[in-house]
Amino acid sequence: MAAPYSEKVMDHFMHPRNVGEMENPDGVGKVGNPICGDIMEMYIKVKDNIIVDAKFKTFGCGAAIATSSMATELVKGKTIEEALKLTNKAVAEALGGLPAIKMHCSVLAEDAFKAAVNDYLIKTTGQGLPGFKPHEEPLEEHEH
Amino acid sequence: MKRIYLDYAATTPTHPKVVEAMQPYFSERFGNPSSIHSFGQEAKAAIEKAREKVAGLIGTRPEEIIFTSGGTEADNFALEGIAFANEKKGNHIIISSIEHHAVTECCEFLKKRGFQITCLPVNKDGLVDPEEVRKAIIDKTILVSIMHANNEIGTIEPIAEISKIVKEKGIYFHADAVQTAGHLPVNVDKLGVGLLSMSAHKLYGPKGVGALYIRKGTRMVSFLHGGGQENNRRASTENVPGIVGFGVAAELALEDVNNGESRKLIPLRDKLIKGILEKIPDSQLNGHPALRLPNNVNVSIKYVEGEAMLLNLDLEGIAASTGSACSSGSLEPSRALMAIGLSHELAHGSLRFTLGRLTTEEEIDKVLMVLPKIVEKLRAMSPLSRK
Repeated sequence: MAAPYSEKVMDHFMHPRNVGEMENPDGVGKVGNPICGDIMEMYIKVKDNIIVDAKFKTFGCGAAIATSSMATELVKGKTIEEALKLTNKAVAEALGGLPAIKMHCSVLAEDAFKAAVNDYLIKTTGQGLPGFKPHEEPLEEHEH
Repeated sequence: MKRIYLDYAATTPTHPKVVEAMQPYFSERFGNPSSIHSFGQEAKAAIEKAREKVAGLIGTRPEEIIFTSGGTEADNFALEGIAFANEKKGNHIIISSIEHHAVTECCEFLKKRGFQITCLPVNKDGLVDPEEVRKAIIDKTILVSIMHANNEIGTIEPIAEISKIVKEKGIYFHADAVQTAGHLPVNVDKLGVGLLSMSAHKLYGPKGVGALYIRKGTRMVSFLHGGGQENNRRASTENVPGIVGFGVAAELALEDVNNGESRKLIPLRDKLIKGILEKIPDSQLNGHPALRLPNNVNVSIKYVEGEAMLLNLDLEGIAASTGSACSSGSLEPSRALMAIGLSHELAHGSLRFTLGRLTTEEEIDKVLMVLPKIVEKLRAMSPLSRK
């Protein structure tokens, strides 16, 4: 089973960076749904337009956990504008590539971050991220 | 690291005696069984000897065994063979919602060619209700196909009960016995089936060979068209080494079934089930607790995804399987798990361990030591397990 993923993916899967919840996040993004088997939550802290911290929690496969981890690494320390340039392809590339059937996990990671920025912008400016539309319906609140 | 293989339902290691028996049929006794000369005839004799052994495994006569390339071909042959030969009589086929893809995808193919398919539900344990079969039968029904035991959740179906109903109506009955032949007593007369699929590599035989039992007098079209091999029902030069291997594997498996060896896995299976359910909160057994393959453990573990567990287990040297979509490359989780009424989340969080001849108690203990830690680690990352 280890074979389908690159070493980088396995590293981020086994030793995920920035995993966990965040106290008083400035923005929260929740994407995915249990039907497809991947649910991601991303939390960001913003200071002076810079993403000073990013964390995540993910229910999903190895690629879902690794892309969440890498996405948080890539956005940290960047301005919102810079970080928004992050594409799912960039996440996948930073991980040394993903199997084709797992590319949707990287899309989810990009979405989770954008959803978090969207949430932050709504809270601070009353206006969401222009043109933001997650690829999948946001997760309904779970019963537990 | 010593690796632990707990995926025997996927495939089994070929038994050394099987490999040994196959060996001469590659380069020494390489003849084409259709040839008249001695090279051909010794290969022919080997095939017929294997046919007797495979027939013996399911309590039938060799002339009712057709060798195929595997379980999938046996299933396809049974369904298409009956469907296309009996089209004038009717176009309705009944299957269950937990059949193997080799049956369901074949039915999708037949649907496009004008056949009607009824897919029967199963209860929460994965059992087909024989009365549901009775109710589903219509004038146009030509075939009922229900698997003997499910490959994912391990539930053993009441084939003998269902076959009584099917027989009353004069309809063909096929059972996919890929998971049971060589593991449980399988007798075509006691089961009351007219067609039965088997696969060699699931019973310590080689890959690439299987068989279909076809009761004498069954109206069927041939599966491959060409030479007259396999009584004109399946053209193509026979896979002689594979068939020889299947024969020996069937013989060894029958011994194990008869002397109770195959039931020895039951205490190990139950230890693993009990251990997982005790050590991991919010976990559950999938499939019937008692009417279950002696080697099958299928559990769902809440808040975590199957592939993530498999990868972690693999890094500990433990090989298992999951019904999660993430590992299969499809977008849907296992149909069997959905058919027994699991939520998507629980289906994605399923793990299957299938035990076999080489499984030891130490291996089960290792799983019980390692798995709870893996689950704990993944739950800490999961947004679903938030307190």
